[in-house]
Amino acid sequence: MTENFTPTDAKQVAEIVAQAAMVGTTLDLRGGGSKLAYGRPMKTDAILDISALSGIGLYEPEELVITMGAATPMAEVHSALGEADQHLAFEPPDYGHVLGHPVGSATIGGVIACNLSGPRRITAGAARDHVLGIAAISGRGDFFKSGGRVVKNVTGYDLSKLMAGSMGTLGVMTEVTLKTLPRPKETRTVLLLGMGAETGLKALEQTAGSQAEATGLAFLPQPQSQRSAVPVVSEAETVTAMRLEGAGDSVADRAMVLAGQHKDAKVQILDHDESLTLWAEIRDCTLMPTSGALWRMSVPPASAAQIAARLAARLAARLANECDPEILFDWAGGLMWVAMKDDDPCEGPLRNALDGLSGHATLVRANDELRRTIPVFQPQPGPLADLSGRIKEAFDPQGILNPGRMVAGQ
Amino acid sequence: MEMPEPNQDVIRRSGELAIALAAVLSKGAVLDREDQRRVYESDGLTAYRQMPLMVALPETTDQVSKVLRICGSFGAKVVPRGAGTSLSGGALPLADGVLLGMARFNRILAVDYANRCVVAQPGVTNLAISDAVADRGFYYAPDPSSQIACTIGGNVAENAGGVHCLKYGLTTNNIQGLEMVLMDGQVMRLGGRHLDQSGYDLLGVMAGSEGLLAVITEITVRILPKPQTAQALLVGFDTVQAAGDCVAAIIAGGIIPGGMELMDGPAIRAAEAYAGAGYPTDAQALLIVEVDGTGQEVAVLAERVSRIAADHGATTIRASNSDQERVKFWAGRKAAFPAVGRISPDYYCMDGTIPRARLAQVLGQIGVMSERYGLGVANVFHAGDGNLHPLILYDANIPGELDRAEQFGADILRLCVAVGGVLTGEHGVGVEKRDLMNEVFTEQDLAQQQRLKCAFDPDGALNPGKVFPTLHRCAELGRVHVHGGKTRFPELPRL
Repeated sequence: MTENFTPTDAKQVAEIVAQAAMVGTTLDLRGGGSKLAYGRPMKTDAILDISALSGIGLYEPEELVITMGAATPMAEVHSALGEADQHLAFEPPDYGHVLGHPVGSATIGGVIACNLSGPRRITAGAARDHVLGIAAISGRGDFFKSGGRVVKNVTGYDLSKLMAGSMGTLGVMTEVTLKTLPRPKETRTVLLLGMGAETGLKALEQTAGSQAEATGLAFLPQPQSQRSAVPVVSEAETVTAMRLEGAGDSVADRAMVLAGQHKDAKVQILDHDESLTLWAEIRDCTLMPTSGALWRMSVPPASAAQIAARLAARLAARLANECDPEILFDWAGGLMWVAMKDDDPCEGPLRNALDGLSGHATLVRANDELRRTIPVFQPQPGPLADLSGRIKEAFDPQGILNPGRMVAGQ
Repeated sequence: MEMPEPNQDVIRRSGELAIALAAVLSKGAVLDREDQRRVYESDGLTAYRQMPLMVALPETTDQVSKVLRICGSFGAKVVPRGAGTSLSGGALPLADGVLLGMARFNRILAVDYANRCVVAQPGVTNLAISDAVADRGFYYAPDPSSQIACTIGGNVAENAGGVHCLKYGLTTNNIQGLEMVLMDGQVMRLGGRHLDQSGYDLLGVMAGSEGLLAVITEITVRILPKPQTAQALLVGFDTVQAAGDCVAAIIAGGIIPGGMELMDGPAIRAAEAYAGAGYPTDAQALLIVEVDGTGQEVAVLAERVSRIAADHGATTIRASNSDQERVKFWAGRKAAFPAVGRISPDYYCMDGTIPRARLAQVLGQIGVMSERYGLGVANVFHAGDGNLHPLILYDANIPGELDRAEQFGADILRLCVAVGGVLTGEHGVGVEKRDLMNEVFTEQDLAQQQRLKCAFDPDGALNPGKVFPTLHRCAELGRVHVHGGKTRFPELPRL
C-alpha cells in the first residue's frame, strides 16, 4: 500500500526526505496534483504531499518581487498580483483541459517545476526566466537555497534555473521567489483571416522581426479556430493572430498600423476583452481536442511549416489515417501542439519530422502504458544523457525523488 | 588570497605538456616563454597577478577537446579566458595551470533572421554581434559597458548584464544554445534555434558558471528588432532619497523603462567634467530614464515619467529631442568609470545588488563608511534592477590604501547582503568575492553547488580557486553525510 506523507512545514519535509533517503523509500512529489498525467508514470513507495507549503510570504509590487510557498494555488497568485495591477509575464498556462484535471488546481511550484510558459514566451521569456530564487530540499534531506530576491545576480551557480523544469527529480522546492511585472492596461489582436498555414506563419515571422512588439503570435487552422468562444475567430476558416499590449490608447493606434500593413488580407481587430478570451484559449490549450495522443513540439519558428508538411506526408505514407493530426502553432511557429486522432502517438513519424533541425517533442497526453514505453521527453544523445544522470545523482544520490518521471530508470 | 596548492609534478613536466599540446594545436598556439605568458598574468582585476604555466590557443572544438583530455592526463588545471575583461578575477591564471585562450574562436557562424538568432564562436565580442545584424535593424540586448572588448563566451560565463536588464534580461535570458566541452573531452550541445531546451536547464546552469563547469565553444544568442524609437529623460534631484522614491514610483506606476540609471553627486560631477553631457552639476542625484518602443508608446510613457518626476520634487527635467541628444545624455553615464579614473589615481569598482527601496539607506551607510576608511566614493546605480556600482577612490602608491579599499569594498558587499541583496549582480564572484560567499550561503548551500560541479568536472581541474571559498573533494561530497575535512588554499603570491 502506498504511504501518504502530509508534512505541515518545510522542516518536516526535510525530515521525511532524510528518512526516506536512509531506507530508500521512493517519493511521488505532489502539490495540487494537477500534473499527475504529465511526464512518465511512476510507481513509488509513498506520496509526499506538500500542499501545506502554501501562502504568499512577501509581495512588494514596487520591488517587482513575490515570495511564496511552492504549493500556493495559482488562483491565489493571480488574485494577489491582480490587485496591484501586476502579473507573471510568462503567462503560466493551466493544462487542465488537455490533461483531464479540474481547471484551477495547479500550484506555482508545479508551474515552475514543469517550466510552463504561455504565448508571451516569445518576448517575456519562459517561466525559468522569472524565477529569482528558490529554497529546496535535496534528495539527501538537506535544505539548500539559490538566487535571491533581486533581478541581477551571479552569486553562485543558478540552481533556481536547474530546478525549473526538473519536474521534482532534483529536489523538493519549498519556496519560490519570482519577478512580477506590471500588467498591460490594453490589449488588441490583429487577425488575418483565411490564410494558408505557410502564408500565415510567414506573416507571423515578419511581425516577430519587425518593430511592432507583438507579444503573441499564433496560427490557428480550422478545427481549432472553430472551437473558440470569440465569434470572429470561430467563424473564420483559419486565423493568424497577432497580439499587441501596452500602456493605453496607443495600443489601439498600433493595432491600426499593423492591420494597415496587411491590406491584401482579410483583417479584423479584436478588442481588449475578446483578445483576453482568445489568448487564454491558446495559452491553456483549450482549442485542442480532449482525447487522443497530444504532443508539444519546440522547434525553430521558421521551420514550423516545413515540419508540419513533413508530418502530414509521413503520417499519410504510414497509411495512418488514424493519426490524422490537428496542429496549433504558437510562438510564431516555435511551439506546435500536435493532436492525433486517437491514442496512437505515432512517435516515429513525429520525432523524425525534426530530423536535421534543432528542437524536441514531448508526449503530453497518452495513457500510462504508452507513456511508460515511449520516451515522453526527447531522448538525449549519450554524453548529455550521462551528464544529466550525474546531475540527478548529485542532488538525489538514492534516486528517491520522483524516480523515472523524466527518464526511465533515473 | 589563497589559491589551490600548485601541483609540483605538473610544473616539473611542463616541457612535456607543452610538446603534447603543440602536437594537437596549430603552429605557434602554445605560448610558454616568459614574455608571452606575461600578457596573460591578470585580467580586468589587475590587483591580482599570476603567471600561467603556459597558454594554449585552440581554434576548433576538436582542439579544445584534445587539449582538455591532455591536460587531464597530466593532472594539469585549466583556466579558460575570453578577452580578459573580468572584473572579478575569473580568468586569473594558476601557476600549475594551462591558460586556455579562446580568442581564436572569433567567427560569427550563422545569422538567422527568420529564427531571430545568431550563432557565434565564444571569442566574438559582444558588440560585434549587434554590429553584424545592425543593417537589418536587429541587435543583441545585453550591453555590458566593456562590450567593445568583452567576448560573448565570457559574457555567458559571467552572465553579463548592462543597462537594459530590467526590461531585456541578462545573458542567461538571451541565449538559446551552446556547444561545450567537458574536462574529459566530451563535446555536447544544448538547445539551439528553438526556444526552450529539453531536459534539465543546463543553459541556465552554464550562464554565470564562471568557467568552472565546461569550456564553451559555440553560442546561439537571441537577437531582437531595435525599438522603433527611444527617448531619454534627464532628471535631477536635491537628494538621493527623492531620486530613489521616483524610481519606485515609476515602477509602481506600471512602467518598465528600457534603462534607468542613477548617479550620485560625485559621479555626476566627474562624468560632466569628463564628457560634457549637460548634467546639472549642482544636483545630488541624477536619473537617466530611457523609454523605448513604438513611437505611440514612447510618447505616452515619456509624458508619464515626466509627471511622476515632477511629483517627486525633480529640480530639472530634460527630455531628449533627437537621437543625437539621447546618445549625449548617455555619454556621461557610459564614461563614468574613466571619468572617475581622472579624479583619482586608482578606483575599485564594486558590484552589489540591493532591493531598490533600500538605495537611500545603503548610500547613506556607504557615506559613513567612506569617512571611516578615509577614502572617497562615487556611486553609479542600475536603478531599474537594483545593481549598485560604488567606485572606491584610492591611490595604490600610498601604502595600505589598496588594502583599505578592499576592506571598504567587502563591507559594502556585506551591507548589500544584509539589506536583502547579493554579492554580485553582473561581474561574477571569481577570486574577488570568493571568501565572502559564506555571507550569502550556508556550508550546505555551497556543498550542493559543488556537487553540481562534480557532475561536470569530478577532478576539479577546471578553473579551481574561483567562486568557492573552500574546496571539497568530490568523493567526500558524494557521501550522504558530509563531515569536516576541508582543504584550505595555500598562499598565492601577490605582486
